[in-house]
Amino acid sequence: MFDLDLRTLITILALGVVSVLTRSLFFISSRPWTLPRWAQRGLNYAPIAALAAVVIPEVVMAQGALVTPWSDARVYATVAGLAWFYWQRGVLGTIIVGMAVYLPLHLGLGW
Amino acid sequence: MFFQKEIRRQPEFWEGVRDQSNVSMGIAAWGLMTGVAMVTSGLSVLEAVLMTLIVFAGSAQLAAVPMLIGGAPVWVIVAAAFCVNLRFVVFSAHLRPYMMHLPLWQRLVSGYVMVDLTYVFFTRRFPVPGVTDQERLSQQAYMMGNCAINYVAWMGASLLGIALSNAIPPAWGLGFAGILALVGVLASMATSGLRVVSVGVAGTAAVAAWALPLKLNIVVAIASAVAVCLVIESVRAPRGPSGAHRV
Repeated sequence: MFDLDLRTLITILALGVVSVLTRSLFFISSRPWTLPRWAQRGLNYAPIAALAAVVIPEVVMAQGALVTPWSDARVYATVAGLAWFYWQRGVLGTIIVGMAVYLPLHLGLGW
Repeated sequence: MFFQKEIRRQPEFWEGVRDQSNVSMGIAAWGLMTGVAMVTSGLSVLEAVLMTLIVFAGSAQLAAVPMLIGGAPVWVIVAAAFCVNLRFVVFSAHLRPYMMHLPLWQRLVSGYVMVDLTYVFFTRRFPVPGVTDQERLSQQAYMMGNCAINYVAWMGASLLGIALSNAIPPAWGLGFAGILALVGVLASMATSGLRVVSVGVAGTAAVAAWALPLKLNIVVAIASAVAVCLVIESVRAPRGPSGAHRV
């Protein structure tokens, strides 16, 4: 339960360094520098693209393959959550409504 | 930094707290399942706790644990985590003008506590970096309020997940609440036609490039969505200055 070998500890410390480095890579040097114009415009679309790239495969894929939408609880839950979002504009409600659809289908029917 | 009274006195600090509280239930469910998954895939409780407290990166942790258990070389695990985190490099390029007035150690700490949703909320709330001292202080306060709630929700839930790892079967799928939180935020960001295009292209590319190693499909997805949107933008632009506002 409390085992800790040296290799694991070194890996954990190195991963901590990766967390700091990747998230602040462009904060490190204080030499004046600005993004090129096209990249600045591109940043209008990068955040939502990053989020979509994380979210959409989690909803429509299982074990590396596309799911059959009519027998997957996650698809129904996402549709229900989105419906709530466009009705009430609340993220908390999206989570609650989505899980209320997901859990019975997932645990009850095994979808 | 959140321990500075001056920061907590700004109304924007509490605005950041409020915005992040809206999604913290999803973050917590996700953290809980990450904690459970680390122990069930073979880390000891102590190792899982250290990983949670030090690495503070859900998807990188989940990618690293099976490699660690499988005996992969440390540099391979580090390279994989770097790739999983590549989107944060994009975020840091974006946030640079908001941060450079701070001393280096504060920039590094701010970067460390910054996660996907904080980046998304922050850039939505403040599309332009502050110019005056007061603007910068307000922006920093919002960011810190946001990060503080996220940190507490994530850490608390991950540690709880480690403690309860034998009681919560991963098959319950509670982590899906985290995805639903991201779905809600995604919908709230889709405020223009081109942003909807960005979602469609990124989602399709992320699924199509799924087989790439090291979660590089996320990087491919960002690059292709941005490229497609910039091309559409430049085709539209010659129609006149009003074109710029339609995006």
